[in-house]
Amino acid sequence: MKNKKKLKEALLYLAFVGPVLAVFTVIVLIPFVLGMYYSFTNWNGVTGEIVWVGLDNFKYIFTGDPQILNSFLFTTKFTVFAVILTNLIGLTLAVILTQALKSTNILRTIFFLPNLIGGLLLGFIWQFIFVRGFESIGKLTGLSLFQLPWLGDANTAFWGIVIVSVWQGSGYIMIIYIAALQNVPHELIEAAKVDGANRWQIFKSITLPLITPAVTICLFLTIAWSFKIFDVNVSLTGGGPFKSTESLSLNIYTEAFVNNRYGIGAAKAFLFFIIVATVTTAQVIFTKKREVQA
Amino acid sequence: MENKYTARTFALEIATILLAILFLVPFYYVIVNSLKSFAEILLNASALPTEIKWSNYTVAAERIQYGKVFLNSLIITALSNVVIVVFCSMAAYKLVRSTSKLSNIIFIMFVAAMVIPFQSIMIPLIRVTSNLGLLNSIYGIVIMYLGFGSGLAIFLYHGFIKSIPKELEEAAIIDGCSPFGVFWRIVFPLLKPITVTIVILNSLWIWNDFLLPLLVLQDVSLRTIPLATFYFFGEYTKQWDLALAALVLGIVPLLIFFFLMQKHIIKGITSGSIK
Repeated sequence: MKNKKKLKEALLYLAFVGPVLAVFTVIVLIPFVLGMYYSFTNWNGVTGEIVWVGLDNFKYIFTGDPQILNSFLFTTKFTVFAVILTNLIGLTLAVILTQALKSTNILRTIFFLPNLIGGLLLGFIWQFIFVRGFESIGKLTGLSLFQLPWLGDANTAFWGIVIVSVWQGSGYIMIIYIAALQNVPHELIEAAKVDGANRWQIFKSITLPLITPAVTICLFLTIAWSFKIFDVNVSLTGGGPFKSTESLSLNIYTEAFVNNRYGIGAAKAFLFFIIVATVTTAQVIFTKKREVQA
Repeated sequence: MENKYTARTFALEIATILLAILFLVPFYYVIVNSLKSFAEILLNASALPTEIKWSNYTVAAERIQYGKVFLNSLIITALSNVVIVVFCSMAAYKLVRSTSKLSNIIFIMFVAAMVIPFQSIMIPLIRVTSNLGLLNSIYGIVIMYLGFGSGLAIFLYHGFIKSIPKELEEAAIIDGCSPFGVFWRIVFPLLKPITVTIVILNSLWIWNDFLLPLLVLQDVSLRTIPLATFYFFGEYTKQWDLALAALVLGIVPLLIFFFLMQKHIIKGITSGSIK
């Protein structure tokens, strides 16, 4: 009797949890483990032949690959600038748009709009702006800034990608900061005012510590987005000029699906996972420590 | 934070409006130029069109087979949402209510997997899914979205279900309700706010996703909007009159979705990010 009940309970558990667990295992877990295995093989993705090569792929990545270091440096530099600018602008917008402006709602909507456009379309749109739009603004205003070959030069192409991701991301981040700012108790700020604190002191000593949980989330999101940048990269610059803006994601994609070197691609993907997981985890631990309760 | 509308607030408002206009400039360029002839775009991209050329839209829509790719995107997004909501809510419910060690391990596994970047598993994923016959099929990609979307969905449902009191369910069981009945009739309706959040976050992600469809949907007839746009740009490089019309056609569905669901989208993003 007791066994029967236990069996029934187990079957019920299986019916509720089983389907998604099975799919998750096949789609995420098995590929994840297989990926680690492939990174030690010379698999080319086409033939069935897979030979174990030990650490050869990693040796190649660290010593023989001319491009991977560039991709790594580009991705890191891009992440640093994109994360700082997106959060600064997002937070500034949030602070402004939680004040008693008359046009708050419409302004929030406008700043959020770029988020609706997927990365691929976004890159194509900005390709047009950088190539044709800037040229025409340059003609109208005579400003040399707009007459640069924006996507044709390594340095400006870098800033091009930063501009596009900041334009897209800051509205999303703004929404999260707004929600956090609205939860900051009014009394605390009023009390500080009575004590004669100025705006900056209030922001620095009261508001900012209280919205640190939002800072944790926003930094996590922007770091993860920036490190994984792919769509915008493909459609805006394609990694050019001369691979100067090729992100790690694009490098991995090209290695596996264009050069058909799946083994090396898998090794790069494995390292990529370690980098992303380490950086995001370290950041979350670091900022979580700074969170305070109201 | 401020209650009084001072001269300072007014100045701030004007400055912010100017910034907002600057934010909208890219939209201006795309829309205005999508209605011009190619020659006119080259002449001056900033000016309004001298003659509105709607034919850019009809030609672009035909070349990217807009009706078909729109429908593909819609079906994939809708079906993925259905399976994610159905299976993840059920799993999260059982994981909360049955407090065994196993439940805890399974839950942590789903959450931990969220830090795995897609690029790290895409290479073996193609091999595994090809062996299972999931490539080049709408159902195949829907199953993959269930796999990749399960982490966040289970995480959000889990947090929400924890705050729901058990008493209602116990009462229903006493009244003779089956375990599935308890879930679908009592619990699931209570999950509506978090379900809306999950559907919104998933819709924005899946509708705009490019890399997974690029890898999985090789068949021309299965292309989604981002995929069709990508191939269109490959074929018609720099033919901006048609390209911009195609881009606008790609953006419009999400703009409509946004204006219909605006409140929910903002709320969804907010509650989806609070952990």
